[in-house]
Amino acid sequence: MSEALDTIEEFVQSDYKYGWVSNIETETFPPGLNEDVVRLISAKKEEPEFLLEWRLKAFRHWQKMAEPKWANVKYPPVDFQSVSYYAAPKKKKQLNSLDEVDPELRETFKKLGISLDEQKRLTGVAVDAVIDSVSVATTFRKELHKHGIIFCSFSEAVKEHPELIRKHLGSVVPITDNYYAALNSAVFSDGSFCYIPKGVRCPMELSTYFRINAENTGQFERTLIVAEEGSYVSYLEGCTAPMRDENQLHAAVVEIVADTDAQVKYSTVQNWYPGDKNGKGGIYNFVTKRGICKGDRAKISWTQVETGSAITWKYPSCILKGDDSVGEFYSVALTNNYQQADTGTKMVHLGKNTRSTIISKGISAGRGQNSYRGQVKIGKGATNARNFSQCDSLLIGDRCGAHTFPYIDVQNTSGQVEHEASTSKVGEDQIFYLNQRGIETQDAVNMIVNGFCKEVFRELPMEFAVEAQKLLGVSLEGSVG
Amino acid sequence: MTSADQTTNGETAACVTAFESFSKTSGSPDWLKDLRTNGISHFTELGFPKQNQEEWVFTSTKLIQELDFIPALASAGASPDLAPFLFKDLTGPRLVFVDGHLSHGLSELPTLPDGVLITNLASAIETHGDLVKAHLAHYAKTDGSGFSALNTAFIQDGAFVFLPKGRTVDQPIHLIFVATDGDANTINLRNLIVAEENSEAKIIESFCSAGEQAVFTNVVTEIAVAASARVEHCKFQEQNRESFHVATIQAQLERNCHFTSHSISTGSRIARNDINLTMTGEHVECVMNGLYLVGDQQHVDHHTMADHAMPNCDSHEYYHGILGDESRGVFNGKIFVREDAQKTDAKQSSRAILMSDKATLNAKPQLEIYADDVKCTHGATVGQLNNEAIFYCRSRGIDEADARRLLTHAFAGEVIERISIPAVREHLEKIIWDRLEELIED
Repeated sequence: MSEALDTIEEFVQSDYKYGWVSNIETETFPPGLNEDVVRLISAKKEEPEFLLEWRLKAFRHWQKMAEPKWANVKYPPVDFQSVSYYAAPKKKKQLNSLDEVDPELRETFKKLGISLDEQKRLTGVAVDAVIDSVSVATTFRKELHKHGIIFCSFSEAVKEHPELIRKHLGSVVPITDNYYAALNSAVFSDGSFCYIPKGVRCPMELSTYFRINAENTGQFERTLIVAEEGSYVSYLEGCTAPMRDENQLHAAVVEIVADTDAQVKYSTVQNWYPGDKNGKGGIYNFVTKRGICKGDRAKISWTQVETGSAITWKYPSCILKGDDSVGEFYSVALTNNYQQADTGTKMVHLGKNTRSTIISKGISAGRGQNSYRGQVKIGKGATNARNFSQCDSLLIGDRCGAHTFPYIDVQNTSGQVEHEASTSKVGEDQIFYLNQRGIETQDAVNMIVNGFCKEVFRELPMEFAVEAQKLLGVSLEGSVG
Repeated sequence: MTSADQTTNGETAACVTAFESFSKTSGSPDWLKDLRTNGISHFTELGFPKQNQEEWVFTSTKLIQELDFIPALASAGASPDLAPFLFKDLTGPRLVFVDGHLSHGLSELPTLPDGVLITNLASAIETHGDLVKAHLAHYAKTDGSGFSALNTAFIQDGAFVFLPKGRTVDQPIHLIFVATDGDANTINLRNLIVAEENSEAKIIESFCSAGEQAVFTNVVTEIAVAASARVEHCKFQEQNRESFHVATIQAQLERNCHFTSHSISTGSRIARNDINLTMTGEHVECVMNGLYLVGDQQHVDHHTMADHAMPNCDSHEYYHGILGDESRGVFNGKIFVREDAQKTDAKQSSRAILMSDKATLNAKPQLEIYADDVKCTHGATVGQLNNEAIFYCRSRGIDEADARRLLTHAFAGEVIERISIPAVREHLEKIIWDRLEELIED
């Protein structure tokens, strides 16, 4: 096994690919949080009165709340006063085209492998890029506009479509929902807004790219997706951050509203900086994601690949209110070194004949701790509701942990809930078999792990599936247990 | 005692007052007095469990607190009719406790193998003080929950079973705990079962009511199973539907031993069972088997824990629940595999059937795993009877009501079949069948 240990060592020392810092001039608020900061953010963004009121309400509520302690993660207390709540690339004037975007910034995105270049239409993905809480560029606006689709930064949406924001903001995740959602509601600086009108099938994948760049800042973005009757959209989200010794806070909120017959597919590849091999630094990723299937036959599907962050605390959920609505959750969470993840989902069945599927694959290596925490609730009126959950864990090495905390609450006799979970390790016999077919141990492990995650990967859009597989490959290099 | 200052605290006040008069009257060895004092001080600190505690989220102790705490500190001398509680064809050692105190008249003790002790705790403390001292409160944590602390504060009587090295008690040992109507409303029981190396026994605990009153039973059973010993423990709770029942079973399992726990729960307004198995040696094989069957507004809660502290142990768990009317079932099963507990094989299966739209089930099958070379699985299902199975029965000429009855019986029967004592199986089957009929007809 000494060889294996060497390779683990090798892997541990392998670099975080996205760890550089861009020298973009940023405008940052001094650290600290009080009502004035909230007002300042709102003023900076030239927000209408109702939004400021909403933020202040959230802030006042947040002050009364206590940090949640129930998650199976350990970390020193976060000092919310040492975080800067606003950092934005300095904008000199309103940009008319991408050519006017700061070349340094474009370089940044080139490094990330994301093309903001509208010329490269072949990629076929519309991107909204958010750096340090502020949306910097959105592509394919005109093309989408033709279909009546609104896809822009949150601040633009506030200015241009205040009625939509007013109607839907906080309708799925109320300001009182939880500690981090309340914090986000008070200080969120930007994010993406997406509106698909009735009967429209979005012709391309929409994508948001988040990056924390500045030091000592927290990122608090807010995403709102509204899918009207009979519409369809597939939405992608990616994230990276530079390598820093101190922990940075990311507390985002994503809200999805799906009306009758609407379908929303939300995919995330989360690759925030996970900290170094001794667990120093890394992002605290405390995210609230929730969608509501408001109308009948609506469908919301969450797919996530979580490989980054020092701590992940994230439960993308579905409220299945409409009859025959469907909720899905597919997740791969990988923890290595000192990473900790407490993630899962909540499926709340309220309507009749509602169905939900949960497939969660947790992989723990090094000293990583990986927890699945989920709730399936079948309400009294949810006749013939159906849930299937499967949570599998794969352990690589003997210092890591895998945990499952499923909550099943059933209040209707016709509800059918099944939950299965298993824990296993990469079998020596499996590796041996592949070895004797001429496949090296390293490739064999990648192959086995990719097979383990296949059910989730096949739910990802093509571009993401490739990236996700690569990410796992890199992360697992040498971790033969 | 610092806790004396806190007696103003409303919820614990009645218990503390009762404890003060209890500690004055009972003449006990100093070590036991210390143990009790330790218990009450933990209790005043912890209080009754609250619903904001993870382990008690679904079970409210409010009704138990509303019951004025009047412990049955001495035997009232009642002699209830045992006939309904005896298992037909079950002969063998029998200890009967009425309101928490041994009734010599109702108990029956045949000649036992050399060195085997089957007696009550109160007299064992007098006759075998050192032996009891070496084991009592060594396994169950006094500060585990408010209830186990309270139990420790009032340790007085209960069953004491001691099996010396290599001894086998062939016939099942039946422990019957009867609650009667009287002035007291709280029964405190502490059972201690010690099985030395290579010994073997089957032990049945029956909890029943001879009266109609609401009685709160708080019982802690500590079981120490030494290397290569075999113990089968069957707990059957059918107290009246006004009662409250809180039970903790704490077993410590040594190398190569076999331990089986059965928990059948049909009675009580609120029943809470904590069953914790700690594997402190390698190659332990243990089984947790359970059935809960409730209706009305009954609330039944099982919290189980398989703590794999050592490598190479197997634990298997099967829990079935049938919930009717407005009842509520809670199942929280935890498999805990510590670092280095490699080659663990842990399985857990929890299934429940809801017979009424007003019934609720909260299940939480948990895995916490810190070792990599393990096989751990859990499965939980909640739902109704399989429509295809019903259809199959009907295609064979069985009408729907009978098909449902048949399938429900089979569902409960799976658990009962795992009990190895025929007399117990027969008795339970009959009671379960009657209870099922009641639920099906509602």
